Amino acid sequence: MAIRVIEDKCNGCGLCVKACPTAAIEVDPKKLAIIDLDLCSYCGSCVSACRFRAIAIDIEKQAKEDLSQYSGVWVFGEQFRGKIAPVVFELIGIGRQLADDRKSELAVVVLGDKLDNAAAELSEFPLDKVYLCEAPELAQYDGERYARVLTDVIRERKPEIMLAGATTTGRSFLSQVAIRVYTGLTADCTGLAIGEDDGLLYQTRPAYGGNIMATILCPYTRPQMATVRHKVFPTSPKRSNGSKAEIVRLNAKPQLLSSRSEILDFIEQCEATVNIVEADVIVSGGRGIQDPSNFAIIEDLAKALGGAVGASRAAVDAGWIPYCHQVGQTGKTVCPKLYIACGISGAVQHQAGMSSSDTIIAINKDPDAPIFQLASFGFVGDCLEIVPLLTKKIRALRGEA
Amino acid sequence: MHSGADRSIPWQVWILKICVCIKQVPATTEVKFDPETNTLIREGVESQINPFDLYALEEAARIKERLAAQGEEASITAVSMGPPQAEEALREAISLGADDAVLLSDRAFRGADTWATSFAVARGLAKLEPDLVICGMQAIDGDTGQVGPGIAVHIDYAQATYVAKIESLDKKKIVVKRLLENGYEICSVRLPAVITVVKEINEPRTPSLRGKMNAKKAEIPTWTAADVEAPEDKIGLPGSPTQVVKVFSPPHREGGERFAGEPAELADRLVKLLRELEIV
Repeated sequence: MAIRVIEDKCNGCGLCVKACPTAAIEVDPKKLAIIDLDLCSYCGSCVSACRFRAIAIDIEKQAKEDLSQYSGVWVFGEQFRGKIAPVVFELIGIGRQLADDRKSELAVVVLGDKLDNAAAELSEFPLDKVYLCEAPELAQYDGERYARVLTDVIRERKPEIMLAGATTTGRSFLSQVAIRVYTGLTADCTGLAIGEDDGLLYQTRPAYGGNIMATILCPYTRPQMATVRHKVFPTSPKRSNGSKAEIVRLNAKPQLLSSRSEILDFIEQCEATVNIVEADVIVSGGRGIQDPSNFAIIEDLAKALGGAVGASRAAVDAGWIPYCHQVGQTGKTVCPKLYIACGISGAVQHQAGMSSSDTIIAINKDPDAPIFQLASFGFVGDCLEIVPLLTKKIRALRGEA
Repeated sequence: MHSGADRSIPWQVWILKICVCIKQVPATTEVKFDPETNTLIREGVESQINPFDLYALEEAARIKERLAAQGEEASITAVSMGPPQAEEALREAISLGADDAVLLSDRAFRGADTWATSFAVARGLAKLEPDLVICGMQAIDGDTGQVGPGIAVHIDYAQATYVAKIESLDKKKIVVKRLLENGYEICSVRLPAVITVVKEINEPRTPSLRGKMNAKKAEIPTWTAADVEAPEDKIGLPGSPTQVVKVFSPPHREGGERFAGEPAELADRLVKLLRELEIV
């Protein structure tokens, strides 16, 4: 491995100097970029930044096995108590496109117990196969068991691409599988496409709190694995011709089902108004709410719109609302159709969690609040007055009291 | 450095060995992309301990305090992989309650993705033989959340992610409350284990005067790839299955139409807007 400046291409413009996150590059008096190898982290930012293709990272690397034996796109069919997670149907949509581009099969693989209902539901979608791994030990998600079983199935059936939702389960679980299989995993993708020339999966994701986007490849190992954020891709339509996908039952080997963890209890706390990552509409409150009791007006509006309740870090840190509602860099990243920010100034940390919402409405007293710089529609006024009026009008419109 | 509690000697005093994994990250909100020059703007970007790792450090400090109150002992070692300047972050970790620290630093570690990073960190941890490893749920630069679970697999420890509370801890197991999308899971995990923690778990303290003094005089060893017996083809760029091929600026959002007026007028305008958006 080496990074080098190609001397006859470099004109000393200094773009790479600005691009380098570790300050490892200088331009010498002879107008040539010099890379300090003690500081360089081989991140590739300078290679992307250079307009003259004057910096190259040489990797002497090749696949350790024949990659052509891998084919097909798989989606992890995350389930909770036998119910398939909504993000799975979004992955089926994009998975179908990727499989068609690769002229290969699309399958969903579900781990659990007594999955007949889930399998029947999935088989109505445009999949080629539904793989079921059933065992009483797999009824609830257990990272260790799930990772062992899926690793085994991947080694045996060799899918080319493996996708999962970027849920708490998907992110923890695929991390373990990727290590066991020794392949690459790209987290929280917002874009997936097949390269026209190389047939590789181009995985695009935000980094640095959404300030930059990076496109990532996994060229030498398979499967190419990615977790995908909620609401990035539309839900797949069902099959139109009434046909069904083939259901294939796989054996989970008993020796793979041991675990060092045991689930003792599950406390369902977060009802529909809380699971903000899956919501189409989010009404969020911030410092401008002023008092915990005022959060009721945010909840009322969310209820009237059939949406979920979000909050800024300020509101969570003040103890007005639990952490699971927090949107932003140290909270959740959301991508709803509509995000209504009430009394939220819109610090960059908050923006990192909501700036990719389809439509943003901001209600804030302060006309200079940063939130207005990204709001699709800005309303300058006191949310404590406007929001209750709005809720009342929506209810009246619906003929409710 | 602690020599590592030898579990085969029954009369030895039990010390819970905790390792906290930390990452030095840029204050990311200041990293911006200049669309005109197609470059990252990093001027004036300071580095800090990844905020989620502060919760991991605090939780380790609290475990140690709780055990001390019961007449038992714990040790806390902060571990980081990074360039030589990541030593600053480790000193800060000591000021916040770590007893000592180890820096994994070697040219050969550079360019590592989450696979190769978790491998190298796991090799370092294997030398320390901790009973409990605590990591933040993710780092705010990469945002992947993959390194904690990866470390656990590499070192073959049990694991629990997204921990919001430690319910109990004894010599054999840790019982944790995990924060999931739709509620909390109570989970018992055998030691040794790796846990990753969320913000809800605690409120980190500020450094004490004594902590700052300890941080100042601490000797922080640097371990190279050879020191942790990490083969070159499994670390750094050569050990990384993924490659970044393009870095670019996200689509720019601009503020749209703005309305001002009496609350009733604005509420009416909002209703109209929500109807146009087909929300109501």
